[in-house]
Amino acid sequence: MFPKGTKRKFSDSGEEPVSSGDQGPAASSAVARTLSSSYSLQRQSLLDMSLIKLQLCHMLVEPNLCRSVLIANTVRQIQEEMTQDGTWQIMTQALAAAQCPADRLVATEVLCRQTDAAAQAGQSPKPFSVVGLEEGYHAEEVVMEGDVETEVTMSTLSPVSPQLSSASYLAGPFGMGPCWEEEEEDVECEEDEEEDSEECVSEGEEGDRDHLSADSRTGEQVFGTFEIKHPAPPPDPALEELFSDVDPSYYDLDTVLTGMQSAPKMGPYDLLESLSSHGPTTLSSSSSCRSDLNELDHIMEIIVGS
Amino acid sequence: MGEDAESPKINHTFLRDYVTEADVISTVEFNQTGDLLATGDKGGRVVIFQRETESKGESEEVGETGDSGEYNVYSTFQSHEPDFDYLKSLEIEEKINKIRWLPQQNAAHFLLSTNDKTIKLWKVSERDKRPEGYNLKDEEGRLKDISTITSLQVPVLKPTDLMVEVRPRRVFSNGHTYHVNSISVNSDGETYLSADDLRINMWHLGITDRSFNIVDIKPANMEDLTEVITAAEFHPHHCHLFVYSSSKGTLRLCDMRASALCDKHTKLFEEPEDPGSRSFFSEIISSVSDVKFSHSGRYLLTRDYLTAKVWDLNMDKGPVETYQVHEYLRSKLCSLYENDCIFDKFECVWNSSDSVIMTGAYNSFFRMFDRETGRGVTLEAWRESSKPRAVLRTRRVYTGGKRRRGDVGVDSLDFTKKILHMAWHPSENIIAIAATNNLYIFQDRVNPETQGQ
Repeated sequence: MFPKGTKRKFSDSGEEPVSSGDQGPAASSAVARTLSSSYSLQRQSLLDMSLIKLQLCHMLVEPNLCRSVLIANTVRQIQEEMTQDGTWQIMTQALAAAQCPADRLVATEVLCRQTDAAAQAGQSPKPFSVVGLEEGYHAEEVVMEGDVETEVTMSTLSPVSPQLSSASYLAGPFGMGPCWEEEEEDVECEEDEEEDSEECVSEGEEGDRDHLSADSRTGEQVFGTFEIKHPAPPPDPALEELFSDVDPSYYDLDTVLTGMQSAPKMGPYDLLESLSSHGPTTLSSSSSCRSDLNELDHIMEIIVGS
Repeated sequence: MGEDAESPKINHTFLRDYVTEADVISTVEFNQTGDLLATGDKGGRVVIFQRETESKGESEEVGETGDSGEYNVYSTFQSHEPDFDYLKSLEIEEKINKIRWLPQQNAAHFLLSTNDKTIKLWKVSERDKRPEGYNLKDEEGRLKDISTITSLQVPVLKPTDLMVEVRPRRVFSNGHTYHVNSISVNSDGETYLSADDLRINMWHLGITDRSFNIVDIKPANMEDLTEVITAAEFHPHHCHLFVYSSSKGTLRLCDMRASALCDKHTKLFEEPEDPGSRSFFSEIISSVSDVKFSHSGRYLLTRDYLTAKVWDLNMDKGPVETYQVHEYLRSKLCSLYENDCIFDKFECVWNSSDSVIMTGAYNSFFRMFDRETGRGVTLEAWRESSKPRAVLRTRRVYTGGKRRRGDVGVDSLDFTKKILHMAWHPSENIIAIAATNNLYIFQDRVNPETQGQ
């Protein structure tokens, strides 16, 4: 049975965008406003849920393409509607205006990476595509060849694109990482636990959704902020011991960050294609940046102590 | 053990039957005569059941088939093993997605089984005799001392215990980048198609190192991907026609005589959307999970999340019949989206005369619809409530009005008990229902033989 009593806020009674046309004239405008705000709340929840679904997938097996496409289309639909409402613009402006602390920008990064990639041309919100997100877990898996345990841990904790995985760790102490972990373990848990994690995630995303952005300029700002806030970590004997058998070139954060910025051009399906077509050049250039990012994740994990 | 359906509020999770994931049945298929029934599971195994025939001594009266209708295990074999794609660092599941039997041409039986990536052709043959009386070898197979041989004898075939041998005859690999969801044997008996999320290939049964790509809907830029192929099937009589369904609820009939690459459909079947019932979930619930030609070849049966639809090949404007499978779930779409149930892929089947259609639902329920009357019935595949040879009683989901005893409330439905896979005997009223790791075989007691087609 699916847990009862957990998601009542957007269950049966009108999670569908029913117009309030059937309300008589007696219904005050306040009611109409309430209806519409509850609708937009529900819509927002649906958007958040969809984005989480796209990011949280089974790591070891190739994700179900049909499911991903359907969820991506749903997100696109919501995005289009929000654009028409003007809500999308508001969020974009809010993000651009607020020079936020790293957690919010980073958290935004988590959610808007995919649209950022699509909007390189600098247009206003491009239709959402599942580009950045799927790329993430494919990338993670390509890199993790040797250490199976690390692989499992890593994929569980950072189920997002390479650009975002470090971001997710940064967000960790600010409340998002642990919630995602709970979400992952959530499969058979009790109702309460699920409710907690769900709330946790919604809270974490409270700030995020206000800053959903498709603005490429903002994306670069985010990247810039990221660089400044997190300079190369000082050499740590524990780290070095951990990575003693790893190619030391991966330690170079600059290389990694450069790799991050160049990676977004490839979509997740492109990745599949390039791998399947056995293109050596494509493979080597992206695999090195992916393995760099994998190591970065691990470094970040240790730094933030998660 | 087992959940107590009467008291859903008690958390019985820890008492639930421990079901090995590998035992979950993932496909069910009768062969063309109905004597054999094959099931595939998540562990990559195929189990073939054979229908028991009554002893030859009993006289057959007019109207009786002489078959008891019971199916017993005939053979079990491991079809696919878990694999690993080293290039992508991803596991390839060994779960059998589909099994299709080939028309029988000699004493042996052939079937195709597929997982996400590889299709295999298996030969199932019986051996019930063995030669005895070799000249050079003794009974144990040791070479005889030649000096002891004084005369020649002709080896004789002696009957032995029945042995069923299953051997892989062909392996069709490296044909698909994405996950194979359908295979369909052509009526020409020589070719078959395999469909994944974005492409459909046509193979010759005898050639494994190449296939023809007949449909390719992969966009040049993967960011533009909005639609995938969900199912495909060859026409039962016309070897040049096939149909495929999409995640947007469309059906495309393609004629291979038109061009080598059938990206342009011959006919597009789509139901216009009802603007009044539009929601964010409209597209998801319109995604077709299964498509089946009728035995006559005149109609198509499709299943989307809430309905089953019958389409006339001659009319592409919309379905000719629509059956509500579980309309009471329409108000629960958000919850079902959240727990991923909205992505469940239910199969649908025709009966032998194309007069009844059947599909699965939740809570171990499955539904049958009589096309002539339009009425539907709900049945349950759950061992707690049915003993062998007992008559199935119809079930009902309570959605308002007078509540009858035995009605199940919508909130009490068990969404983990889904009936996704099923098969209908090609000529009789015998159905096979897969419920997680259990296989149920039901027979029409009143009318064991249906009116033949």
